[in-house]
Amino acid sequence: MKLSPKVRDRLAPWLLTLLVLVCWEAICQGFSIQPFLMPAPTLIFKVGLELAGPIMEHATHTLMTTLIGFAVAVAVGALLGMLVGSSPIIYKALYPMLVGFNSIPKVAFVPVLVVWFGIGTVPAILTAFLISFFPVVVNVAAGLSTLEPELEDVLRSLGASKLDILIKVGLPRSMPFFFASLKVAITLAFVGSVMSETVASNVGIGYLMMSASSSMNMPLVFAGLFVIGVMGVMMYEVFARLERHITGWANRGQNAAM
Amino acid sequence: MSFVEFEKVSLRYSEGGPMAIEDVSLQIEEGEFISVVGPSGCGKSTLMKLISGLKPPSDGYVYVNGRQVGGPLSIVGMAFQAANLLPWRTTLENVMLPMEIVEPWRSSLRSKRAEYEEMARAQLARVGLAGCEDKFPWELSGGMQQRASICRALIHKPRLLMLDEPFGALDAFTREELWCMLRDLWQQQPFTVILVTHDLREAVFLADTVYVMSKRPGRILVKREIDLPRPRDLEVTYTDAFAAHVHVLREAIGRVREN
Repeated sequence: MKLSPKVRDRLAPWLLTLLVLVCWEAICQGFSIQPFLMPAPTLIFKVGLELAGPIMEHATHTLMTTLIGFAVAVAVGALLGMLVGSSPIIYKALYPMLVGFNSIPKVAFVPVLVVWFGIGTVPAILTAFLISFFPVVVNVAAGLSTLEPELEDVLRSLGASKLDILIKVGLPRSMPFFFASLKVAITLAFVGSVMSETVASNVGIGYLMMSASSSMNMPLVFAGLFVIGVMGVMMYEVFARLERHITGWANRGQNAAM
Repeated sequence: MSFVEFEKVSLRYSEGGPMAIEDVSLQIEEGEFISVVGPSGCGKSTLMKLISGLKPPSDGYVYVNGRQVGGPLSIVGMAFQAANLLPWRTTLENVMLPMEIVEPWRSSLRSKRAEYEEMARAQLARVGLAGCEDKFPWELSGGMQQRASICRALIHKPRLLMLDEPFGALDAFTREELWCMLRDLWQQQPFTVILVTHDLREAVFLADTVYVMSKRPGRILVKREIDLPRPRDLEVTYTDAFAAHVHVLREAIGRVREN
């Protein structure tokens, strides 16, 4: 049976996931690996179903935390990116600090946030924000600062103000960069919020996994990991679709003329 | 006073740096078609920056339309070697761009958009792009993109059109087609043209006056009036008179390159 390329592209990721799960299951069964070391997918699934209620509750909490942190990161990141991208002096002044800050492992920063805001949701939101705003800044700035000089000359010779150039050309031009960064940022935001929940919280998927592992309930820990992974893929897909929809002109394919 | 006047103009891009152009004086009449030729890096593009007000001269004066140039002029339209169309806009929307920036079009755009779009469509039809209005730039060939770029430069009815090697990236046949297109546009609605080019045949075919510039620092070495009768047909490029003009200019450029 021959599959059309479209169907094949659709099926490929599902088949590969299934294959990995089957191998995993076979290894766990075949070598009789203890569930508290490495639970088999079927067991993870079973435990996940049994505890679906609490898992969903914690997952929803983590999702909200992540989305709030991500939204702040997008707003702050886009604004900073515009500043950095449109002014060389701000670029020079701000870049070392941004890079330096981005090099700090955010997990080292969580205790500081806990001292300031207490244990719970606020540090998780802030960690999600701190970890995910950097790619947005870099991409928006790159989109703005790589404007063709001839194009700028055309507009300036018409009497366009800096704001005109930003609105008519700079921002639309940096949209593909911006959406590409959103895909990176949303997955990073999950890393941030779950990390903070693991260290200092009493709600969320991170906390759930932490308490499950302290009682050696490995199937539940893995169920938590799965849920985070699935949420990450879903959010990534949302932004990938949004990107294709809004900046389709940037992916013009092979039939480009120039 | 002429429409465009250069009075002993010099420009250096950085303080104490080398001169880009030196002691350039020239007059361009309204409606005249002039061309500037010279070896690469001779400051041809600098002339355009001076006239359009993107750069102030270090010495001397530039007058356009009887006034000293002090900043960007909305009576100027520009096109470059790269078409520089915006890939997220359709061809029509690209051509409309100046209307969104230049007064008085800008403030009346909201109420008269349909009328202005009609103007843009007519302009596109004039350069042979009827039916391409809703295509995106990447769906057009290089020559078509350049046609659209020239439409964009002309849509706000500038009195001065400046072209910086606009046909440099095109193949020979497309280039000759676009020469004729530009010739027709210029003869239909009179405006002043400054064409910067490497191509001597292009300069002689299109221009009333050809200026040859020297190597850096750029100076005007030769001013040659092209007295070939108008309207000129591509056939004219095979005549002896045409060849003689090209020959003289070629020798002048040869001398520049040797020195």
